[in-house]
Amino acid sequence: MPDATDILNALVLMTNFVFVPALAYGSQLALGALGVTLVFGILRFANFAHGDLMAFGTTMVILITWGLQAQGITAGPVPTALIALVPAILVTAVAAILIDRSVFGFYRKRRAAPVVLVIASVGVMFMLSAIVRFIMGTDDRRFTDGERFIIRAREFREMTGLDEGLAIQTTQALTVIVAIVTVTALFIFLRRSRTGKAMRAYSDNEDLALLSGINPDRVVLITWIIAAALATIAGALYGLDKSFKPFTYFQLLLPIFAAAILGGIGQPIGAVVGGYIVAFSEVMMTYAYKRFVTYLVPENWAPEGLLQFLGTDYKFAVSFIILVVVLLIRPTGIFRGAVIK
Amino acid sequence: MTDTTVDTAEQAASADTDKPVHAIVERKASPWRAPLAFAAMGLALIATGVFQSPAVALTILNMSLVSAIMAMGLNLQWGYAGLFNAGVMGFTALGGATAVVISHPPVMEALGAGGRGLALSFLIVVAIIATVTFIASATRGRFRSFLIFVTVVAGYIALRPVFGAAVGAVEAVDPARTGFIGGLGLPITLSWVAGGVVAAGVAWIIGKVALGLRTDYLAIATLGISEIVVSVLKNEDWLVRGVKNVTGLPRPVPYEIELQQQPWFADLVERVHAGQLAAITDAAAREDALRQFIVEGSGHFVKIAYAGLFTVVLLILLALCVRALNSPWGRMMRAIRDNEEAAAAMGKDVTRRHLQVFILGSAIIGIAGAMMTTLDGQFTPGTYNPLRFTFLIWVMVIVGGSGNNLGAVLGGFVIWFTWVQAEPAGAFIIEQITRDMDPSTPLYQHLQDIAAPFRLFVMGFVLLLFLRFSPKGILPEKVRHS
Repeated sequence: MPDATDILNALVLMTNFVFVPALAYGSQLALGALGVTLVFGILRFANFAHGDLMAFGTTMVILITWGLQAQGITAGPVPTALIALVPAILVTAVAAILIDRSVFGFYRKRRAAPVVLVIASVGVMFMLSAIVRFIMGTDDRRFTDGERFIIRAREFREMTGLDEGLAIQTTQALTVIVAIVTVTALFIFLRRSRTGKAMRAYSDNEDLALLSGINPDRVVLITWIIAAALATIAGALYGLDKSFKPFTYFQLLLPIFAAAILGGIGQPIGAVVGGYIVAFSEVMMTYAYKRFVTYLVPENWAPEGLLQFLGTDYKFAVSFIILVVVLLIRPTGIFRGAVIK
Repeated sequence: MTDTTVDTAEQAASADTDKPVHAIVERKASPWRAPLAFAAMGLALIATGVFQSPAVALTILNMSLVSAIMAMGLNLQWGYAGLFNAGVMGFTALGGATAVVISHPPVMEALGAGGRGLALSFLIVVAIIATVTFIASATRGRFRSFLIFVTVVAGYIALRPVFGAAVGAVEAVDPARTGFIGGLGLPITLSWVAGGVVAAGVAWIIGKVALGLRTDYLAIATLGISEIVVSVLKNEDWLVRGVKNVTGLPRPVPYEIELQQQPWFADLVERVHAGQLAAITDAAAREDALRQFIVEGSGHFVKIAYAGLFTVVLLILLALCVRALNSPWGRMMRAIRDNEEAAAAMGKDVTRRHLQVFILGSAIIGIAGAMMTTLDGQFTPGTYNPLRFTFLIWVMVIVGGSGNNLGAVLGGFVIWFTWVQAEPAGAFIIEQITRDMDPSTPLYQHLQDIAAPFRLFVMGFVLLLFLRFSPKGILPEKVRHS
């Protein structure tokens, strides 16, 4: 039998390499999936440009962060980007509304098939990704500042006397906190406010909502503002946590869609749950359990291989398999969302 | 009496103005539209040859031919059947990998080290599949799911060490130069057919899983599959060397160096440039000029040879596609696309037809992928990205005219031309903007880097323009109602 320290060591190991990163990544996915699911629910198409909208929002955050830093304004221990979020959301929202006015609105008025809107979103994706590269180039960029860690691995080891260290980065903690605040605010807005109720009504049944005197233009406008805000926050948190690289945002599209569909299209709570499920499956499937098992089994049982289900390069496969299984077994998702026709 | 005439006149007037937007009998498009469009495209290529260089024009022409075939494959899926395939990149990459597997000489040492292990792994996989198939047909209900689960897990546990050891052994063989099993050492043109077959096989698996899905879901699912295919090719080094790339694939056309040594080729060049050579009076200078022409000509000759081969493939596929579209099968596909329920009610097996057209389209894309790798002479999985290999092909089909084969071909030419020329155009614009700027400022430095993404911007803009103002494309689908 492993003794208590071994079990504690194993638990700390899992927390450090699986739980904390997956929680942060899950929060980022949840915010991204919320934006996708809102657009899916209210505008009724899969927005392929959402990844690049996230990249655009992050670009704005980075530019404003640089501006603030140049002025000598910082947020102390937390990244300056947190202050930059608010103006960046405003800029991104204006951009999203402009895109809707110039592209998507035209097809909505004509009641075009959803697939036409999807193709239009591909065009928007091209242009947004070009604009992001115009501004930022294609290199990796780190824009985090302030205190890097809340707990360092070494400090944790000295504090507890365990072999395994636990490191929590400021950006990880911040990601989770900001995600919780944002999601709570969004849920209160959707449940309680008049506009939020109008949005839910519009999402449930467009014709009935129109008959009840809900102004569709207003609903669409608010939806884009919220989608832009969510995209900016999700993109900035992801960029703070990893680094900013234009192309990675396009690759986030797949896990985000998987999360939205898994939770149920048009169901905000589903998007959040889906985001965490996808993130945890991705991290847990690609984590090598060798050290974890070594702590728990008797010494001579220690495994030889890495005990890794999938190489980290195949993390796409995880979200994809989740996506396909959901679509085949329960197309409405966990929370009984809509099925796009 | 007068009242009625006024009435009818008014009716006639209103009938004129209130023409339904989607009339069944549409105004016939001019028969000159396609020839004119292709002639304009040809002129653009010739202009490139004159103002830039013939080599650039020929390079664009070759890749345009390949792009046209890709667009034709996608047109089969989207234009004929309305299937949103966002996984073009995956099939292109599969075709490319097949080109390596067919044409690269086998690496005997690696096969000796890991060949047996790989063969055993393959047998295990076959055994797993056979067992699962047997269980699926022989048992029912929860018991069946349980048995399948147990089989897959047991198979995975059995496979992992065998496969891991074999891969390790193969990749350890001279990793700087080979480190993979190599191929069959067959002529590379054979891989064009094989690439189509491999892509079709994978499309069959994907289609079985994903084709029941609605349009948007199918798009997302295929997008995911293409990412997986490319990441497999990037990471399974034992198969096609992954991101270490395979270069120097054999060619179906002669090498420039060999050509320069051939007397018949020197003869040909001399005859083509007879006028220019005669103008040079000095014998030594004439000899030098001839050498220069031979070196230049050998490069052009190779490109033209590729263009000839690709044109033959394009014409064969085009003829097949046109025939298919005009056949009862093509009518059925359009009927299914326009109204699935009605077609199903008429007894058409919608799912089977979708699967069929998905496989056919993917096979064509696979052929084009193998041809592209042949043209490049190398396979570089790291360079496959969805913007260039999936969505650019979508722009080709939409701009060319979905549902029209000639339109897809034209789209392939026009969009590839635009894609290539957008970068120098962007550089030119930047140069005009920055002419009066101080080269040491950061803004100037930054502006120098943005010529490359300019083409993405142009593509998005072109796609949105066409989608809005000419959604049927340059050559619209012919509607054959009477």
